[in-house]
Amino acid sequence: MQSETKSRVDQLTSPAGHAVTVLRFEGDIASTSKEAVLGAYQALPKGTIKQVLLDFTKVDYINSSGIALVIQLLMEAANAGQKVYAFGLSAHFTKVFTMVGITKYAGLFPGQTEALAAL
Amino acid sequence: MSEIKTTTVEVRLPSRMGFEKVAMSTASAVAKLMGFPEERVEDLKTAVAEACINAIEHGNRLNEKLSVGVVLSASVDSLEVKVIDDGKGMSKKQAKPDIDRKMHGEEDPRGMGMFLIQALVDEAEWVAGSEGRASYVRLVIRLDKDA
Repeated sequence: MQSETKSRVDQLTSPAGHAVTVLRFEGDIASTSKEAVLGAYQALPKGTIKQVLLDFTKVDYINSSGIALVIQLLMEAANAGQKVYAFGLSAHFTKVFTMVGITKYAGLFPGQTEALAAL
Repeated sequence: MSEIKTTTVEVRLPSRMGFEKVAMSTASAVAKLMGFPEERVEDLKTAVAEACINAIEHGNRLNEKLSVGVVLSASVDSLEVKVIDDGKGMSKKQAKPDIDRKMHGEEDPRGMGMFLIQALVDEAEWVAGSEGRASYVRLVIRLDKDA
C-alpha cells in the first residue's frame, strides 16, 4: 500500500562555490523507507562531504516513522560534522518538521534555488 | 428545538502498515465535503494516519486477523473520528518529544505519533476498552466559522 521510496544523489555547486550533495527522495517516507533514506545517506563517500541538501519535492506522505528516519540521518550527519538543509516540503510538513524541532538541526527552504543561495 | 444531524461514515482496515492511507483519504474527503480549509484537512490526515498506525502496530500488534475500525461522525460544526483496535489502550501518555535528547541518542527517534495527534486536532482522548478490547482514540476537529 505504501508507495516505494526512491532516492538518488546529485552533486551541485552553490553560487558561493561550495560543493553540495543533494539527496532527492520520491514516494512515501515511512517505516519501510530505511534503505532509501538512511541507506542512501550512509552510502555517500565519507570524509569529503560538508553540506547535504534533502529534497522532499516529490514526497507526498511522511509519517512519524519517516520523521524518525530523518532524525537518525541528522544524528549521523552531526556526528560526521556535516550541515544538513532541506527543501521542497509542503506547508503542512514544514509545520510538522517545525513542531517536532527538526528546524533546530536542519534549515528548511522553499526550493532548491533558495537553499543553494543560502549555502 | 432544532435537531442536530450527524452523518456517519465507517471504514475497516486490515492491520497492515500502509492501509492508514485509506483512512486518511476517507477523512480528507469527508472534511472537504464539510468545508474544512485545506490546512485543517492536512492536519486531520496526519492525525488520522498516526492514530491508525498506533492501532495497527501497538493495538492489534500487526495481527492481520484483526481489523482497525475508523468511524467518522460529521455534525454541523465538527468532525469526530474514532479509531478502534483490539488492544488494551494506551497505558500512559507519551512525553513531548525532545529533539535535543533524540539527537544525542538519549531518547528514541520514534515515538512522536501521540504528540502529533494532540498538536494537530482540537480534541484528542485515548479510551481503554473493557476487558482489554475495543480501545479507541477519539479525535475532533471543529469548523471555525470566524476563520
